[in-house]
Amino acid sequence: MSNTELEIVVDDPTAPEENSPAVVSTGVVDVVVSLLLLALALVLGWDNWRTGASWDSTGPQPGYFPFYLSVILGAASLYGLGAAFVSRREAAETFVTRAQLRRVMAVFVPTFLFCLATQYLGLYVASFLLIAGFMRLVGKIALWKSLLTAFIFTAVMFVTFDIAFDVIMPKGPLEAAFGY
Amino acid sequence: MEAFGLLLHGFAVLLTWKTLLLMMVGLVLGIFVGVLPGLGGPNGVAILLPLTFTMDPTSAIVMLSCIYWGALFGGAITSILFNIPGEAWSVATTFDGYPMAQQGRAAEALTAAFTSSFIGSLVAVLLITFLAPMISSFALKFGPPEFFAVYLLTFCSFVGLGREAKHKTVISMSLGLLLAGVGMDTVSGQLRMTFGSAELLRGINFLVAVIGLFGISEILLTMEERLALRGHAAGISLRVVLSVWKDLPKYWVTLLRSSVIGCWLGITPGGAIAASFMGYNLAKRFSKDQESFGKGRIEGVFAPETAAHASGTSALLPMLALGIPGSGTAAILLGGLMVWGLNPGPLLFVEHKDFVWGLIASMYLGNVVGLVLVLTTVPIFASILRVPFAAVAPMIVVSCAIGAYAIQNAMFDIWLMLGFGVVGYVFKKIGIPLAPFTLALVLGSRAEDAFRLSMIGSGGDMKVFWSNGLVGSITTLAIVLLFWPVIDRAFAGVARLLRPAKA
Repeated sequence: MSNTELEIVVDDPTAPEENSPAVVSTGVVDVVVSLLLLALALVLGWDNWRTGASWDSTGPQPGYFPFYLSVILGAASLYGLGAAFVSRREAAETFVTRAQLRRVMAVFVPTFLFCLATQYLGLYVASFLLIAGFMRLVGKIALWKSLLTAFIFTAVMFVTFDIAFDVIMPKGPLEAAFGY
Repeated sequence: MEAFGLLLHGFAVLLTWKTLLLMMVGLVLGIFVGVLPGLGGPNGVAILLPLTFTMDPTSAIVMLSCIYWGALFGGAITSILFNIPGEAWSVATTFDGYPMAQQGRAAEALTAAFTSSFIGSLVAVLLITFLAPMISSFALKFGPPEFFAVYLLTFCSFVGLGREAKHKTVISMSLGLLLAGVGMDTVSGQLRMTFGSAELLRGINFLVAVIGLFGISEILLTMEERLALRGHAAGISLRVVLSVWKDLPKYWVTLLRSSVIGCWLGITPGGAIAASFMGYNLAKRFSKDQESFGKGRIEGVFAPETAAHASGTSALLPMLALGIPGSGTAAILLGGLMVWGLNPGPLLFVEHKDFVWGLIASMYLGNVVGLVLVLTTVPIFASILRVPFAAVAPMIVVSCAIGAYAIQNAMFDIWLMLGFGVVGYVFKKIGIPLAPFTLALVLGSRAEDAFRLSMIGSGGDMKVFWSNGLVGSITTLAIVLLFWPVIDRAFAGVARLLRPAKA
């Protein structure tokens, strides 16, 4: 073998634990999603009916096309609802285990907070906070590395988008203080 | 050879330092995105799309398509070295690619993968070069009924030929078409499904949805299924490359077969995944030594890679010629065209010659440059996987947010992206396919316009979709495809009845 051959092993501290209890089964999620889609179909169908889903002198009214799509969506979700009740095998499968849900939430919650922060502090400050916070708290990476990475990435993004490519991002009080 | 002359002109458009530089940047970014676990072609193109908003369309499409080629090459790296397919169509590459890496033949497998991707793409680009102008000039004669029939055909073939449960494909598609209708109605100017919200007035932007559906949801999924990565690093020496290339002619049948399968399935929507598996299975079936497949046989890398790339590339043919994307990534490129103010469809070949031929020329050049680049830089890219995911994940989230915001400068879109991220996560887990949704969302308003224009033209008579031979046969074909599973079963039933009972 050539001597360039070496193995890369990336161990992950958050590798999935075995035997984590299921939080919810696929069957339940299937039913809930079908019900939500059915509700959406009803709401959209009603709205389009109100807009006008028939024909007038100029051809189909604006609501015509989407109204019948809502009907199709509603019918398909009803079918899905029935299918979810009938199939027992799929229903018992695990949708997500508790350990998995915790990990998903470990990304989702910071992402949500990031969106919230973007609204009030501007995108770049929020991005710095997200990267530094996520690396430090979720990844357990040394604080100085986290802060440095977050700063460099945010700075590169700022230079690339706001300065080089003229794609303007939402700004907050900090950028305002620097005159941007 | 008119096409040839135009192609040369396309090369002339491309050969400026600026474009070549953009090409390299696009390829490097693409390989980077392709190597990162959980990100592949469509996500990468969607996230990096905002970079191109202020460029002129030709530079933009060159950079974007290079990101796409890069992502395709990058996907092969992770499949072979780490047994992680970057995309669904790289799955077949792992069957023999990873065993080869385990046996210490990673360099050989990678060379084979890159070379065969290159060959597959090249065949598909040749097809595009000569076929696309013909199809588009033919399609110039299309009126609204013909266009609606073609859209119908696309949608129906997804439902009829898809592998997922039919009602889930229908849900995904009708939801996409509905969301495409939110906002101002293009024909009458009336508001629809906005429920008095000023934010919904703009409508639901296709790219925002894609960034959420593919980018954010992929992060959630990757985090959920986090596994320890264990793989092989490899440098590729010139000697290995040459020895693989020397053996290449021996496999010409496999390469040709896979290219043909790939091109054919790529033009029909949603075919790349099927193409890679079919390429692999046929290579296995026609092989004299079937047992050795799956244990590190180089043909097992050649066959699926050639097919996948041929189909990934030829998926751009219907997008260019008819304005109908053949794959998720093609749909995103189509979304890009609209952002840059180009109207996809047959007129593109007439009105924007520079653009179209620049794009086609960049397919040739991008693949050549990409092949060289990827062969020389594999070790660097493979080591990206050593960067902790905790550092990569938030950066991807930030890039997604930048992408979503940049499209319409709206904070609301960032929230929408987050919402679509959750929807995408749930849909993927319960098996509702996302590709029909993407396609429906990007084609929705065009399909509706075509329908309404043909209805207005005919005075509300549905017979317009059977008014002449062309539109009639497309519509009939669409309906046949929609009910294909039923028809197929009926045929099988009849055949069983007709065949005399065997002893």
